[in-house]
Amino acid sequence: MTRYLLRRVGLAIVTLWILSVIVFFAGQILPGDPARATLGPLAAPSAVRALDHQLGVDRPLVTQYLSWLGGLLHGDMGTSYAYQSAVSPFIRAALINSAKLAALALIVIIPLGILGGVIAALNYGRPIDRVISLFGSSAATVPEFVSGIVVIVVFGVALKVLPVTAAAGTGAPFLTQLKYLILPAVPLVLVLFGYIARMARAGTVEALESDYARTATLKGLKRSVVIRRHVLRNSLLPTITVIATQTGYLIGGLVIVETLFNYQGIGKLIFSAATAKDFPMLEAGVLTIGVVYMVATLVADMLTFSLNPRLRVGGWSD
Amino acid sequence: MTEVAAAAPAEIIPAVSARGELPAWRLLIRRPSFLVGATMLLFWVVCALFGNAIAPHDPLAQQLLSINKPPSAAHWFGTDSLGRDVLSRVIVGAGPILTVAPLATLLGTVLGTALGLAMGYFGGLLDALVSRLVEAVLALPAVIVIFLFIVALGTSVSTLIIVIGFIFTPLIARTVRSAVQVERHLDYLSSARLLGERPIRIMFVEILPNVVPTVVVEFTVRLGYAIFAVATLAFLGFSVQVSAPNWGSDINSSYGLLGAGYWWETLFPALAIASLVVAINLVADSIQQVVSE
Repeated sequence: MTRYLLRRVGLAIVTLWILSVIVFFAGQILPGDPARATLGPLAAPSAVRALDHQLGVDRPLVTQYLSWLGGLLHGDMGTSYAYQSAVSPFIRAALINSAKLAALALIVIIPLGILGGVIAALNYGRPIDRVISLFGSSAATVPEFVSGIVVIVVFGVALKVLPVTAAAGTGAPFLTQLKYLILPAVPLVLVLFGYIARMARAGTVEALESDYARTATLKGLKRSVVIRRHVLRNSLLPTITVIATQTGYLIGGLVIVETLFNYQGIGKLIFSAATAKDFPMLEAGVLTIGVVYMVATLVADMLTFSLNPRLRVGGWSD
Repeated sequence: MTEVAAAAPAEIIPAVSARGELPAWRLLIRRPSFLVGATMLLFWVVCALFGNAIAPHDPLAQQLLSINKPPSAAHWFGTDSLGRDVLSRVIVGAGPILTVAPLATLLGTVLGTALGLAMGYFGGLLDALVSRLVEAVLALPAVIVIFLFIVALGTSVSTLIIVIGFIFTPLIARTVRSAVQVERHLDYLSSARLLGERPIRIMFVEILPNVVPTVVVEFTVRLGYAIFAVATLAFLGFSVQVSAPNWGSDINSSYGLLGAGYWWETLFPALAIASLVVAINLVADSIQQVVSE
């Protein structure tokens, strides 16, 4: 267990390092001079040079990369070009907002996706199975802003029952905040439904065909008992893993949903930083997403590990 | 064998199915979901090719006296904030997305298949390196990666195609690699090696035809994601020409008016995108079912 875990953490760190290189150098090839962007087109060239020097962007690339990486390791995410203040508080606030939205989406989608997948599996090969599977895979390929617009038109414009922006204000009571988050959560739920339902279906189909399920049926247990006690306990294991690996997709969806609904989350932060050429903010935001994804994947692995006794005994053959 | 390997991977559908009875296309056209998907897809392809001839109005013509008009007999889908006919813009707007997405997917499929063949066949360092790269790419939502590069390189048709194609390459390579690894230990490959065939020949002439079904499925599935990515980028403001009809950018410029009740300017392009991705998904799913049978 410890060896496996260490190996996983090691690989995650390597992947994060590759990511930091990609992000940093992608940021460097962005056109435009940060000092010029901050000071405006009328500033004197000497002032631009001075600010460039102050920001440190006139140093060699490798030096810049190393000092940026060193800062990150000490928890210093750098200073935003656009706001002229530390990046970290922005990232923290945005991350909390995004977490609220993501949490709501996950609370809805996990039971719904599992239910859909299990129903499809119990009706394997019948029309309802095909309908759920096709609906799931179609919903997963419809871009979030498209389904977002459809729900805005239906619930916000035609029925006028829910607000069309996600801005409830930070001090608003829980239920008001929730009400504002319902519409933005729908597109995320739709995209994730297909993945989770597919995994739950595959796991359940496999468990239904297994010897232990057959034995349980043959010894006279009721079908509902077989399903609850023998099938579901085994089939939901891979589903837990897939839910964690969907975090990446979820955050990608957040960029779109937060822009569409004008919600101040990490996705919108990255989008605004990229359009404003605010590299430190952009790089910190993208890396934060990478870290969140890595942690989610690690947690998923550990969950799988602790839920499956066979892996504990036999060790993990990667 | 050689002919099959030489053709573009995307166009190959195995001539005989696993059952050995009916050609794959006969199995495909028996599926209602394929017929529905293919019909919808054909509709949009026709719009993309002949949009300007079909459209009832000039999609660029502005009528500033009739802006934001709801759907009517003259303008079935209404008019937008510059008085342009929404229906005509939806029809002609099929063009850009159906140019960029398939070309990007084709690029990714060709490169990804070659890379996947090499990874699966040689293994070792190359395999380990690319696998790490795939993980790094997967750690970020594809939309963010594509969007970073588009911001860096500027928006043009060729940039969009190359960036999306390159992002797809390691993802497709990973799938092809798993398929190759299944083949790797089969007898025909040992025979080929014993015959003294070169690795390049073994990969492209011996292995490739056997992983073609995987490649075809991967192409159709990725095409759906390419449409997703192109539409999303256009929605975020990365489209090539500002005034040309484009579903994503039309939505970008009109969704702010949703609150004012002008829903038709946004809803119809959105439904167009939805119908296109659902059509591709139905086709992809049917091909997958036929291949796995």
